Amino acid sequence: MPAVIEVRNLGLSYDDYVVMRGLNFSVRKGDIFIVMGGSGCGKSTLLKSLIGLKEPAKGEVLYGGRDFWKQDEAEQQKIMRSFGVLYQGGALWSSLTLGENVALPLELYSKLNPEQIREVARLKLALVGLAGYADFYPSELSGGMRKRAGLARAIALDPEIIFFDEPSAGLDPPSARMLDDLIIQLRDTLGATIVVVTHELASIFAVGNNSVFLDSEAKTMVAAGNPRDLLNNSKDPRVIEFLTRGERQGVAR
Amino acid sequence: MEKLTLDYSVPQTLRLKLSGDWRISSVLPEPGKVTFQFTIRNDIRKLGIDVSGMTGWDSGLVSFLSEVFRECRRRKIEVVREGLPAGIEQLLALADKPDEKVKPPEVTREPFFSRVGEKAVRIGRSSRSLANFLGEIAYAFGRFSRGKAYFRWGDFIGILRKCGVDALGLVSLISVLVGVILAFVGAIQLELFGAQIFIADIVGIAMVRVMGAVMTGVLMSGRTGASFAAELGIMQTNEEIDAFRTLGVNPVEFLVMPRVLALVVMMPLLTLYADFMGILGGFVISTGVLGINPVEYINHTQNAVRLSNLWVGLVHSVVFGAIIAVAGCLRGIKCERSAAGVGEATTSAVVSAITSIVIATAIITFICQVIKV
Repeated sequence: MPAVIEVRNLGLSYDDYVVMRGLNFSVRKGDIFIVMGGSGCGKSTLLKSLIGLKEPAKGEVLYGGRDFWKQDEAEQQKIMRSFGVLYQGGALWSSLTLGENVALPLELYSKLNPEQIREVARLKLALVGLAGYADFYPSELSGGMRKRAGLARAIALDPEIIFFDEPSAGLDPPSARMLDDLIIQLRDTLGATIVVVTHELASIFAVGNNSVFLDSEAKTMVAAGNPRDLLNNSKDPRVIEFLTRGERQGVAR
Repeated sequence: MEKLTLDYSVPQTLRLKLSGDWRISSVLPEPGKVTFQFTIRNDIRKLGIDVSGMTGWDSGLVSFLSEVFRECRRRKIEVVREGLPAGIEQLLALADKPDEKVKPPEVTREPFFSRVGEKAVRIGRSSRSLANFLGEIAYAFGRFSRGKAYFRWGDFIGILRKCGVDALGLVSLISVLVGVILAFVGAIQLELFGAQIFIADIVGIAMVRVMGAVMTGVLMSGRTGASFAAELGIMQTNEEIDAFRTLGVNPVEFLVMPRVLALVVMMPLLTLYADFMGILGGFVISTGVLGINPVEYINHTQNAVRLSNLWVGLVHSVVFGAIIAVAGCLRGIKCERSAAGVGEATTSAVVSAITSIVIATAIITFICQVIKV
């Protein structure tokens, strides 16, 4: 499978403070790729660099072989249009209804007429289990529904890649599970490539088929591969401790 | 009954008899009472505890015992732990854990020159970000004028209503009162010369030329500027602005431009309205309280207030509108992602808008003086 996203020697930092360095991995088409690691290890910063919100200090992020951060703004926007992002809190635009939230990307970048746009928006909301909520404002929904609506917006343009930032954060277990199922469904039905930033073990094992593990002390990735293989085969105590909720301590460091 | 009694009946042994309520909500004896015994009697080798008379306990007891036991360890006194309430051992073990060797982040005071330098760098950075922001707004307007910008008329009309029509009540009240104050202040001086009719000139010129615009500007900074900053600040906190960016939509085009445009359109209208209300206030006081003939007042106002005054007032208002909207939106978009950040953004939007309004007024007044308008 060809690599959809390729990260080469990526270094991330805030001013002088180095968050991560020497990241090398690639996400293949159809992967559900997990970025995991403890709190504050730089997962979200890495995500920001992948989705074009934070320029990395060093290295390259290649989309289809082109370095995102070396393109001009118009090219960058074009690449960004090929992916959807589900933000942690859903990040729905609060002044618009759900229908309008999902419709806005379509108004901007599709050639559909308003009637068709409304219809597609309705469909996307139905895909995430929110049929009939088009006229609700985000503030009228629960956290889980907001996240699903955010997902409906993220998939509005049928993106090739979908990024999830902590999808299960703040959700009750059944809602989190439902979102996991949606992730797999999206990959299978839309053929999308999926990148999930999370530290939720249940999700990691349920959906992931490839991953990187970031460690805040080493300031780099310390493992990569299928999470289940990592659980079974990894020798790294940090990885084992993380993947077993600290119940199995690895060999002393 | 005493909560703590010391029993020395067995040689070389101190028995503590605890009774009554040992919860933190009640008054508890200090551990020092026991440890003091260790100091004055060096024959104690054993410490026993009798809790049979105790009716209840919580962390109050744990902290008392933990301190006494620590002292015992230090003095190598054996503690007989039998008879302690069930479950307390675990708590005591947790309480006895040594503090982790972590150092709080050191707060070092930077040397004077380094602080000055940092401040200078920060000022440079913030003026560069202001210039960037103005450039982005100009670029967005450029695209808008070529019909390329993504512009939602519905949103725009909503903003117009919020910063125009909804502000009328407040603007009316304040402008009428400013007119009233001007009339009264003028009357006191002009009465000395028997020239009270010139109140009409004072109120008219002052309101139309500058006061109408300045008062409206200050009101709108507090009302609309603050609301822009809070609104965009919360959008920033909720990652809504990031969501625009990753969609390839320029947030300046989508969020800032309509707000700037709305305020630049509404401010002159509000100012005209404020001018009128101010003159009305002056009129009511002059004719009703100070006994000036209404027709004469109106005639005087018409003669005194020239069109150039009106233009000067409107120029003020357009500039103020832009200042308020830019300050509000800039602070909102650059807002830190926390509740405190939004508060700070709002405050600094209002403060910088009002400061800039006063500075702009001074500059415009000076220019008018030079070009003799």
